[in-house]
Amino acid sequence: MNLHNIITSIEKTDPEVYDRLDSRRSAMKSFAKIGGKIAMAAVPIALGSMFKKAYSQTTTDIEGVLQYALTLEYLEYEFYQKGSAAANLVPAGAPAGAIATIRDHELAHVNFLKAAITSLGKTPVSKPNFDFSAGSGSMTGPLATVFTDYPTFLAVAQTFEDTGVRAYKGQAANLISNNDVLTAALNIHSVEARHAAHIRYMRRNLSGSNSIKPWITLKDTGGIGALVQKSYDGEEVVVQAGVTITNINGKAISAEAASEAFDEPLTMAQVLEIVTPFLAP
Amino acid sequence: MEKHKDLIKPAGNADLSAYGSQRRKLLSVFGYSALTAGFLAACNKDDEPMNNGGIDLGSGDIGILNYAYALEQLEAAFYTQVATSFYTGITPSEQALLTDIRDHEIAHREFFKTALGNQAIVDLEVDFSSINFSSRDSVLGTAKAFEDLGVSAYNGAGKLIVSPDYLLLAGKIVSVEARHAAYIRDLISNGSFADSTVIDVNGLDTSRNPPDVLMIASGFLKSKINASNLPTS
Repeated sequence: MNLHNIITSIEKTDPEVYDRLDSRRSAMKSFAKIGGKIAMAAVPIALGSMFKKAYSQTTTDIEGVLQYALTLEYLEYEFYQKGSAAANLVPAGAPAGAIATIRDHELAHVNFLKAAITSLGKTPVSKPNFDFSAGSGSMTGPLATVFTDYPTFLAVAQTFEDTGVRAYKGQAANLISNNDVLTAALNIHSVEARHAAHIRYMRRNLSGSNSIKPWITLKDTGGIGALVQKSYDGEEVVVQAGVTITNINGKAISAEAASEAFDEPLTMAQVLEIVTPFLAP
Repeated sequence: MEKHKDLIKPAGNADLSAYGSQRRKLLSVFGYSALTAGFLAACNKDDEPMNNGGIDLGSGDIGILNYAYALEQLEAAFYTQVATSFYTGITPSEQALLTDIRDHEIAHREFFKTALGNQAIVDLEVDFSSINFSSRDSVLGTAKAFEDLGVSAYNGAGKLIVSPDYLLLAGKIVSVEARHAAYIRDLISNGSFADSTVIDVNGLDTSRNPPDVLMIASGFLKSKINASNLPTS
């Protein structure tokens, strides 16, 4: 049995397979893990279950989208809850007030999504364990100072909010068959964008850097750097539905403004790749 | 007839062949054959704006795109005026970011105009007589109203859109409007970016149906808009 051939044939029937599994390499790695544990005779079954898992993660049904959104809201709520509870992190006054406002919205989103999933007769997923140092559970990852260093805290907040906006946007089309759920998701989506803009405004004022704006310029991270680049890749596009926005119709619209004027979606697979370092076993 | 000239080619774009190729791309994205588009244009474009005492946005997804185009025209006209003579006491930071917003709104307006091609509504006439453009309070208060209105309009229009491609486009724009709204609100009162006047106890933003949005917008428009053919669900 040639595994490369199997995966290649899946590639042919489903060109987006690597959106479902994050890469060919990880598909092979997942398979290698399974292969190490079981006899080769069971391989087709194991392979089937690996792909079933991948496809159920990208299921376009309403419940799947809501469970995905709930997981992201759990992440955001716990982040702000820990941040607002940490001693000497967020300055009193306007900053503490803003973080409390955002925290409360994220909790409201968690509760709203749980109720929505329950109303479909399904069970909400439970909250995962998080590692906000981005250490996959080691708690000593590259963001280990996230709850002791205020600029780092705001940088992570900005990344979570901008990623959240892109994550909801990427699922809108999957909710098109249900007006109520779609409208609720859009109403959460724009709240996340308001949060993102405010966190960016806080970072602009804290740093005195005029290059940090309430909106996303090209694929700029706002000075955060390579660690969060995946949350911004793809934001630099300046063509929408085949129309070039830069200098459209003779108007002086720069590439920066053209990219800022439209926020871009992320697929579920892209978002899962971004949040994976923040998940602990 | 003069007003229809704008529907044939975008103002200021001398390169008609480039425009034509862009139109073809768009028509395919928007699922319209050139024949269909031409037929619709031939059938109903000339007389319809005069019917029912207002500019007809049209029906279906095209109607929703025209609805968005109308709102973007209003916003772009407002920020163009703001940036032509900034209010007294404006800071360099405010000046830079309000100029950004103007450019975003012009980009949105021109995108819809180009995308809709000969199905686009005419240029709207605005009425800004209630706004004092030299006053920070007046300008930011109006900006806040427009941005919150825009967010609620796109949020409410999502369910009326049939095409997943248009729904995504609306999603790409609404979050930028929400970023504008948050920034303008913070300029008026820092921390009011998502206060309880727009966000409910479930943490949800506001959505409005087209008639409610257009009722509010009509206070800033000389042109009358006829939304009677828009989808309602």
